[in-house]
Amino acid sequence: MKVFDFMKRRNLWFGISISFILIGLLFIVIKGVNLGIDFTGGTTIQANIGKAFEISEVRGITDKFDKEAIVTYAGQNRDIALVKTKIALNVNQQTEVINEFRDKFAIQQTNIQFETIGPTIGSELTRQALLALLLANVGILVYVSFRFEWRFGVAAIIALIHDVLIMLAVYSVAQIAINASFIAAILTIVGYSINDTIVIFDRIRENRRRVKKVDHTALVNQSVSETLSRSINTALTTLLTILALYILGVPAIKDFALPLIVGIVAGTYSSIFVASPLWAILDQKLKRAH
Amino acid sequence: MKSKSLIIFTAILLLISFLAYVAVYGLNVGKYEVLPVKNLIRLGLDLRGGATVLLQAKDNPNDPINDEKISRAIATIRERIDALGVTEPIIAKVGKDRIEVQLPEIQDPQRALELIGQTAQLEFIEEETQQVILTGNDIKKAQAEYAPSSDGLGQAPVVAFELSPEGAKKFAEATERNLNKIIGIYLDKKPISLPKVQSVIPNGKGVITGSATMEEAGDLATLIRAGALPVEMETLSVTAVGPQLGANSFERSIAAGQIGVLLVLLFMLFYYRLPGLVSDIALLLYIIIVLTVLALLKATLTLPGIAGIILSIGMAVDANVIIFERIREELRLGKTLRASVDSGFRRAFLTIFDSNITTLIAAVVLFYFGTGPIKGFAITLSVGILLSMFTAIVVTKYLLRLLIEGTRMKSLKLFGL
Repeated sequence: MKVFDFMKRRNLWFGISISFILIGLLFIVIKGVNLGIDFTGGTTIQANIGKAFEISEVRGITDKFDKEAIVTYAGQNRDIALVKTKIALNVNQQTEVINEFRDKFAIQQTNIQFETIGPTIGSELTRQALLALLLANVGILVYVSFRFEWRFGVAAIIALIHDVLIMLAVYSVAQIAINASFIAAILTIVGYSINDTIVIFDRIRENRRRVKKVDHTALVNQSVSETLSRSINTALTTLLTILALYILGVPAIKDFALPLIVGIVAGTYSSIFVASPLWAILDQKLKRAH
Repeated sequence: MKSKSLIIFTAILLLISFLAYVAVYGLNVGKYEVLPVKNLIRLGLDLRGGATVLLQAKDNPNDPINDEKISRAIATIRERIDALGVTEPIIAKVGKDRIEVQLPEIQDPQRALELIGQTAQLEFIEEETQQVILTGNDIKKAQAEYAPSSDGLGQAPVVAFELSPEGAKKFAEATERNLNKIIGIYLDKKPISLPKVQSVIPNGKGVITGSATMEEAGDLATLIRAGALPVEMETLSVTAVGPQLGANSFERSIAAGQIGVLLVLLFMLFYYRLPGLVSDIALLLYIIIVLTVLALLKATLTLPGIAGIILSIGMAVDANVIIFERIREELRLGKTLRASVDSGFRRAFLTIFDSNITTLIAAVVLFYFGTGPIKGFAITLSVGILLSMFTAIVVTKYLLRLLIEGTRMKSLKLFGL
């Protein structure tokens, strides 16, 4: 088996991550995060029209209620209209919109889906999301510190924060709307990426027992290399399933699959290039201090 | 020993194939019937179609919200919905001052939404003095029917009502006092009918005109019968999925899932060869078990839930990847096949355990904080993590050992080396 020297270019690996995150933060500062209706409140309407149509035809209906509504095509045949308004439509307005869709495109109400979220829910969601993220991280930190050492725990958590920041960066640069499914995806990635990291840490722990004097660089290179094909294969199999969902799935699933794809790539990167070198630095510095 | 192992292996393979068949197509032997697992799992409203409404009681400092009022509001809403004939509606209190209403497979959600959200305070108001004479509480009976229309040419839908004895007395006095004057009928302060009193009404019976259709009259009668909500409710969120659209989402996601699973099965087979084949068998068993467990738990399968299952399949394979990589390492060290397989599984166990527990922590947090469909995702992910540890470790190990014993395998070619 070939042992790769991951530690040699660790500053490059860190640099890549940091620049990605900084670009993301820059975009957040300049353009802000594109918050979806789950956070801002608003209405989403999905109409399976089932034949070709023009965006302007749909606009003709929605402009009456919200001129700033976003209307897009969805579905592989571009036969689904997706409307997002930032104004939460009330029951009467919804009925009107649905009736107009029915009349204009001759479709059944059973082919229409809508979701309206009031602004109160949004602020609750933000609070819950942050709390959930915090709790998940604390839980993981405690478990890893208990099963390994706290230095592993800290390195793992930094890698997780890295993944979340990368996901946010991609979303802020591409200005994709962030909804509740994004939060669920973040927590899923936290679960996935920690799994990845722990497998490598586990190997470091095992290899360390075999040697008398710990050479951090050699130890990390050896352990990451040994688990490398596993890291790649697992990312591949998981990506295969999620990509199938993203390519073939319906809009609601795409919203969920996309951040997962970004997260799996970021998570795999951080497990290999961030977590272990970080642990080595932490462990070395703290040992020397003694 | 050799043939025995092979027989057991074949038997297990046949059993799993049989289970897979039953799961997909169901079974019908004499009077015993097993439905396909697809029909046993309860689908969420995003997959079968339906509407979900979240209402919040508006707090009024003079008249604070309490449990009793929320319970009364739930009872009122239930009565209104029952009149629509929705199957299995769920009306539940959420938190302290919220009510969630779920209406599965409803065809016309708009009509239901209009019925649910209204306070529906009915008032009869004397025009001259603006005094309230009667409220909805005074009405004993209300139903929609046809009555001769005012122009005398045809029939118009009306709501016929009958007052309680006390209400009838008040109404008799009021009609006497307001002869040839208007007594307006208002719903939530909005006029629905402004009739002129033509004669004194002593028996407490009357009709409310002003409905355009029989359906509208029927809904008004329902609102009057069920009574007003004890508190004003504000609609926080509404999700309505057309049943056809839901069915479409379901089919598309299942199709996507099948392709994803197929790709994973092929990948494992080509990359890991014989162990890959064994893990593919274990993976099929895993999928059957997950679906059965979800059916037994009576969990609701949502769209994100399907994503959760599909994701867990990708992750279930991970345990096998860890084990097989370990076996390869052991083989490279020059150990025998049997010894490599044994130590591969032994050494991989703790790794899999630790890594899966950390994932489970995240899934549990997600279950605790998520709502609706997201909770469904957390459930399938958690169930998936626990079950995959069983199939990936126990089942794979057993099958692989049977195969090695059965064929007295020495060649490492089938292990991809």
